[in-house]
Amino acid sequence: MSKELIRLANCTMAFDDEVVLDNINLYINDKEFLTLLGPSGCGKTTTLRIIGGFQTPTSGDVFFDGVRINAVPPHKRAINTVFQKYALFPHLNVYENIAFGLRIPKTDEKGKKVKLPEEEIHQRVMEMLEVVNLKGFDKRHITQLSGGQQQRVAIARALVNKPKVLLLDEPLGALDLKLRKDMQNELKRIQKAMEITFIYVTHDQEEALAMSDTVVVMDAGKIQQIGTPEDIYNEPKNAFVADFIGESNIIDGIMRADGVVEIFNRKFRCLDGGFERDEPVDVVIRPEDVDIVPEDQGQLKGTVTNVTFKGMQYDIIVDFYGFKWLIQTTDLSPVGSRIGIKIDPDGIHVMKKSHYSGMFGDYSSYSEEYEEISDASFDPDEDQEGGDEE
Amino acid sequence: MKNKLSLFAVPYVVWMALFVVAPIVMVVVYAFSTADGGFSLSNFARMGTYAVIFTRSFKLALIATAICLLVGYPVAYMMAKEGPGFQRIASVLIMLPMWVNFLLRTYSWMSILEKNGLLNQLFSAIGLFDLINSVFGTNIQYFKMIGTSGAVVLGMVYNYLPFMILPIYSVIIKLDNSLLEAARDLGANSAGVFRKVILPLSLPGVLSGITMVFVPSVSTFAISRLLGGGTQMMLGDLIEQQFLGGAYNPHLGSAIALVMMVIVVVCMWVMNHFGEGEEQAVML
Repeated sequence: MSKELIRLANCTMAFDDEVVLDNINLYINDKEFLTLLGPSGCGKTTTLRIIGGFQTPTSGDVFFDGVRINAVPPHKRAINTVFQKYALFPHLNVYENIAFGLRIPKTDEKGKKVKLPEEEIHQRVMEMLEVVNLKGFDKRHITQLSGGQQQRVAIARALVNKPKVLLLDEPLGALDLKLRKDMQNELKRIQKAMEITFIYVTHDQEEALAMSDTVVVMDAGKIQQIGTPEDIYNEPKNAFVADFIGESNIIDGIMRADGVVEIFNRKFRCLDGGFERDEPVDVVIRPEDVDIVPEDQGQLKGTVTNVTFKGMQYDIIVDFYGFKWLIQTTDLSPVGSRIGIKIDPDGIHVMKKSHYSGMFGDYSSYSEEYEEISDASFDPDEDQEGGDEE
Repeated sequence: MKNKLSLFAVPYVVWMALFVVAPIVMVVVYAFSTADGGFSLSNFARMGTYAVIFTRSFKLALIATAICLLVGYPVAYMMAKEGPGFQRIASVLIMLPMWVNFLLRTYSWMSILEKNGLLNQLFSAIGLFDLINSVFGTNIQYFKMIGTSGAVVLGMVYNYLPFMILPIYSVIIKLDNSLLEAARDLGANSAGVFRKVILPLSLPGVLSGITMVFVPSVSTFAISRLLGGGTQMMLGDLIEQQFLGGAYNPHLGSAIALVMMVIVVVCMWVMNHFGEGEEQAVML
């Protein structure tokens, strides 16, 4: 069974008076792929830099394998980093970049400086080049590599030191979509093959869900939720997490009893419980969990105001009593048609109210942008004619 | 668009042709001829006579450049590592002497270094000479500083140090901090980060610093005359004499200037060739 490797205990980080991290508590297991996910400025990179040793928390402790490492400098931690813009050494070729860490003399138990023999360095660099699929690139200059290749060199340069933990700071941010998908699989494969802990920072929720064992959702210097990708997606803790991870309709509801939630004055069966009677709650309904039925059979009835073709499905915006929902469906319901919807109990997720309530969830701004364009009666020339008359 | 803009370069091209290319051609022509106007290598044949001066010029310029590098690099490094406030003050302090006329600065050093100059007066006032005399049984009344090669080197270092500091500083300040973090992350301590990352990546600055100090040092003339007290004649003085002094002989002067130029160009070429790899890496 996996054991705890890193623990952040009550870590707070403040620059001047600005609190960047607010009392973070987090533990990371050995051989785990953990992702710190959140919008920019949420504190995820600061958390990573604290683990890497580039920053010391203003208060709180960092433990590695049970030992407090607050004061241990980066070069004495069994942790290596893949930097956001790779930070490859421009004066060294691919081979020497990867060998950089191996060429630094290590101190053995007796306090003696030991240098790795050249044959071992060569062997390990060549092995690493194979792991990251860059065989034959060893003599290349860094500037002769594409973004994806530089990325691989950065990973190889970190992994060749056999760290217990690899930190990755938005490593795929600079790559195009196709390459990013390839590298996601590649990273996952490398992590499995090397059997080490990856701590990954990203703002891309899809990336986080696809790669991670554990996702830590952060916002405003606080951890909002820790869980498996499935937990985070299916059981978001608050409106922020629900909104940040995937598309979601977040509606005000009232919990009438365990398993019964009221939305728009209609009672729906759900699987959640443990709330006060008549407690106001946030209700999350994912766009793909809504079934479209004929209007007279629907639990709720609304009007389609916008349709966008997305390839695999249509994104339609439906107006229910002035509140606009996003629904994903494979059947076309034209703009202006009346539809009914049904939601299964497991498609409804109830959350406690938080200070994020009311900030997310309505798709009216989304639909209005499109309404003008899709409105058949809207004539762009009309405005111009009006202008001429003045 | 491009052609229109390049019109603005015409004045400079004309300027270069008139005042850089033409004089060099004249120097070459003069160097390979004699007063009667005929082609001759006799000017170069006399070069052996001045071997001492050539050697001294290059030796003192090398020493001055080495001292500038040893003093300037740490200053440049420190400046780049400190905050912007310190950087502003340091830059002003480094530039400040350059706002004072070059000859004035050198004359000031004369009055500091001479027999009854400020330094000797200070040493005398604090009883340094008495102390030395009583310990060693000597009878020293002053240190001879002016008229030594040391004074000339000091003058060159003082005058050309900013040209070493500034290019090194501007390279170090532009180094990407994530490279230094990456080196630390990979296990390098502070000394390792400096030796394996900062130093190699700052070489282009070092090279241009060396060039900017060495070239004016090797051809300097006023410093050696004023602080060398006539005993430390350098190439610049020798050339000056051929054009302005009693030994009037512009043909010989041109030949000396030409030989010096060739040696300097060769030195620079070798050095730049040596550091080409790093320079390219940084430029890219």
